[in-house]
Amino acid sequence: MNYLQIFLTFLKIGATTFGGGYAMLPVIRQEVVNRHSWLGEEEFIDALAVAQSLPGAVAINTAVFVGYKVKGLPGSLAALLGAVLPSFLVILLVAAFFVQFIENRLVAAAFAGIRPVVAALIAFAVMRLGKTVFRKKFGLILFFLFLLPAVFLRFNPILLIIAGAAAGLLREALQPKPEREKGDAR
Amino acid sequence: MIILQLYLSFLKIGLFSIGGGYVMLPLLEKEFIAVKGWLTATEFVDIIAIAEMTPGPIAINAATFIGYKAGGFWGSLFATAGVITPSAVLVLLAATALKHFYHNRLVQAVFSGLRPAVLALIAGAAISVARATVLNLSAAVFAAAAFLLLVFTRLHPILILLLAAAAGLLVFR
Repeated sequence: MNYLQIFLTFLKIGATTFGGGYAMLPVIRQEVVNRHSWLGEEEFIDALAVAQSLPGAVAINTAVFVGYKVKGLPGSLAALLGAVLPSFLVILLVAAFFVQFIENRLVAAAFAGIRPVVAALIAFAVMRLGKTVFRKKFGLILFFLFLLPAVFLRFNPILLIIAGAAAGLLREALQPKPEREKGDAR
Repeated sequence: MIILQLYLSFLKIGLFSIGGGYVMLPLLEKEFIAVKGWLTATEFVDIIAIAEMTPGPIAINAATFIGYKAGGFWGSLFATAGVITPSAVLVLLAATALKHFYHNRLVQAVFSGLRPAVLALIAGAAISVARATVLNLSAAVFAAAAFLLLVFTRLHPILILLLAAAAGLLVFR
């Protein structure tokens, strides 16, 4: 696998995902976890956790993280460039030539079809990503505990991230120590 | 000079928009309509509509659009670079640190709690998108059909999006 492949993969992701960063996640998962096996499902969720904990667009952060995991600093640059380039070029064209295209009836009809489908794509990605997390009671309970504030209370994502990290640490602290294997802190 | 200003303005916005693109909208509004006056309120609404109809994250879309309006091609380039810079640097730092500490017991404990939280956030996004877009029966049929296709076939999500666009042209025209 080389830099061009990383660049082209994220170029494809960047060019074909409509509806903002979260809409890109199902496609990123499909490419990164399923097709190229660059990351496992859990590793991918961890990448998303880092991406969401830091400022910036989730999709861009995820691209940088995945690129780095696969091929170091040059890999992250290839992924970043690929993810950004399509939307940069498309917006440049729109800003320069046709702001009116958003009022075109055909464009509107196509998007009326795409929009509800984006919700299904994201929901499906959660289902697949959660395969291992949901199998553990701790993960399943925490997920439903956090879902309510995530949807209805318009919680700042950072608060949920902090709460999740705290819950993980708390569980670790409360667990009986002896039978645990020693973690290696290299 | 305006190019440097665009870079720095978007650097600032990129640094403070924690929690995804939509968090940055109020920041953009304040910086470019109220403070700098580079944008009208109508253009701002246009940007949101265009960002939703074009590929990619809303942060990149907004930076490119505002940069172009204020400073032409170079304006759009520097605005986009500005909005990316902070997150790219921070993610790289985090990824480098994690390479050394990923297998640490406490780091793994943190991730065991972060995973369900992240999944809840993404599921929350799915529900928010559904509540905003599944507004009538045909939209509900579209969403349900896409979900079933995803579950029972190995179709790529991109193909599903293309099918949805084609079906949209037939149904909603």
